[in-house]
Amino acid sequence: MKPKTKRAARKSCSKPAAPKLDGHYDLRLYVAGQSPKSLTAFANLKELCDVHLAGKYRIEVIDLVKKPQRARDDQIIAIPTLVRRLPQPIRKIIGDLCDQRQTLIGLELSEKDGD
Amino acid sequence: MATKKTVTKNRSLPKSPTGITGLDEITRGGLPKGRPTLVCGSAGCGKSMLGVEFLVRGALQFNEPGVLMTFEELPADVIMNARSLGFDLDNLVAKKKLFLDYVRVERNEIQETGEYDLEGIFVRLNYAIEATGAKRVVLDTIETLFTGLTNAAILRSELRRLFGWLKEKGVTAIITGEKGDGTLTRNGLEEYVSDCVIMLDHRVIDQVSTRRLRVVKYRGSTHGTNEYPFLIDENGFSVLPISSLGLAHDVSSDRISSGIPRLDAMLGGKGLYRGSSVLITGTAGTGKSSLGSYFVGAASRRGERSLYFAFEESPQQIMRNMRSIGLNLEPFVQKGLLQFHCSRPTLYGLETHLAVMHKIIQEFNPRVVVIDPISNLINTGSANEVRSMLLRLVDFLKSKKITAVFTSLSSQGDNSLEETEIGVSSIMDTWLLLRDIELGGERNRGIYVLKSRGTAHSNQIREFIITGKGIDIRDVYVGPEGVLTGSMRLAQEARQSAEKLSRQLEIGSKKRKLERKRAALEAQIAALRAEFEAEDAEAGQVLAQENELIKQLEMDAIAMGKSRKADRFLVPRNGNHKD
Repeated sequence: MKPKTKRAARKSCSKPAAPKLDGHYDLRLYVAGQSPKSLTAFANLKELCDVHLAGKYRIEVIDLVKKPQRARDDQIIAIPTLVRRLPQPIRKIIGDLCDQRQTLIGLELSEKDGD
Repeated sequence: MATKKTVTKNRSLPKSPTGITGLDEITRGGLPKGRPTLVCGSAGCGKSMLGVEFLVRGALQFNEPGVLMTFEELPADVIMNARSLGFDLDNLVAKKKLFLDYVRVERNEIQETGEYDLEGIFVRLNYAIEATGAKRVVLDTIETLFTGLTNAAILRSELRRLFGWLKEKGVTAIITGEKGDGTLTRNGLEEYVSDCVIMLDHRVIDQVSTRRLRVVKYRGSTHGTNEYPFLIDENGFSVLPISSLGLAHDVSSDRISSGIPRLDAMLGGKGLYRGSSVLITGTAGTGKSSLGSYFVGAASRRGERSLYFAFEESPQQIMRNMRSIGLNLEPFVQKGLLQFHCSRPTLYGLETHLAVMHKIIQEFNPRVVVIDPISNLINTGSANEVRSMLLRLVDFLKSKKITAVFTSLSSQGDNSLEETEIGVSSIMDTWLLLRDIELGGERNRGIYVLKSRGTAHSNQIREFIITGKGIDIRDVYVGPEGVLTGSMRLAQEARQSAEKLSRQLEIGSKKRKLERKRAALEAQIAALRAEFEAEDAEAGQVLAQENELIKQLEMDAIAMGKSRKADRFLVPRNGNHKD
């Protein structure tokens, strides 16, 4: 990878100008290239969001192979990592999201959805 | 790298020097180049500092940029901590010689679901290595991942992959790990990092701490196997591989003065051998420190550097006290010829003391060292430990041809006077014993040379006198009355001089008496002579009268004849009277 020495934003908490709608989910999925785990994670996430958050979510996929400095800026250790940036507080879920229940708990959606 | 013939035999492992004092000596050149090294130890043992210094020295001394990935400390804290050791990390970061990356692992922030890997860390490391062209990497403490992530199986396989990857990258890495129960690290990192393992230890015995370092393992290389004391001070990390150096040091037949001419005379007339070790023992207040100070004073006057390690007094106090006995050390301190290092023995452990002294001696490079007193060190270790420490110190000083003076306080009591509490006398070349001589209601100091290797030293007890003008060594009075010192010696001397005086007076009077006698006799002789002369004169007179009378008679006879008209004259008898 070409290392980019310039780093735009150091802290992950500097928010993009996202519409702050109530109940809006701003999600970021960090992957490294087209690895099977990354692909699985994306597929799992997409499916889950379509079911539980239809119309009120946004997924940004960040490929660390292309943007390695983002790993440091956003404190990413594991791949794949899903970060819920909105609603606050920030939540991190690592893994390929194959366990939907765990993922929902991680996104704090399980209560709404479950019983 | 190696010659083709000796492919495996002589090819020494390429090493990456740490630049840390002493560590490169122990590891025979540094850490294995291009491989990870595990540095383990309990909390607060200095693992992180070792890592940081490895990177800083790499960047500054060996032009090898580095990456520091911390899992516990925030970069700001790392920078601040390093500043206390005199390292400016900010500057190195700005120059792209160092890359700091803090990895935050918070368990409650992270939800795990399904398979994952630690590619994030790989990406970050890779990015950092490429951004700086790093040759050195420190991961401090990667074990934190075990507390943040629950899937140990993934972690283990990923760590294995990580260390393999670091090797592939050809970076020399330090992985730190917290000491576990009975294992080198809590999570068994030693399983993955097995080329070189260094263990740091921070022991506290009797509330005194000592840091030690040991190279547990170094695959493919010889290394020092002992536990070595190390220091972390304002100049960073220093390991002190002070072991007994053996007995192969050069000796000098150069002699130096002790600062007291009379003492030099006692030591075979020329003083001490350069590079010898001198032990001064004595009970409290016998002048051990004063003797030591005179010694450094003499060295300073010769223009030699000297170091004074004091465990009981502050430099100001020593200088004041020495001024009171006519020795002003202050100018020498100002000139930089003399340095005092004062600390309480309990300030650190024995090994640390040794390490500190070693370091200071290395830096200052003195010719004379005074350690005052060694008996105090017993507070920080057992007699055995102190002895081994002193032995190493003596060996070290001898190898540098530094003349060393050790003072030691002996406890009161006759038996212990000739033995040091620590039993170090056998490793010393010269042993001066100062002792109290209690006599006639006063205490005086006596000095004698108990031993002095290689000199024809005096076997006499001398009186050691400390006056406002300095130290004086005097003969004690040895006579029918025994050994006398102090006022008794003075009294004895006075008595002797009185006796001498009266003897002198006696002789004078005898002389005068003789003189008088002679005068009297001479007067007598003169009187006799006068009498005789008077007698003599009288006899002459009588004779003259007699002659006159005869003459008169003759004249008368002639006159008579004339008047009787005689025809012939009588011839006078004497013939004197012709006319």
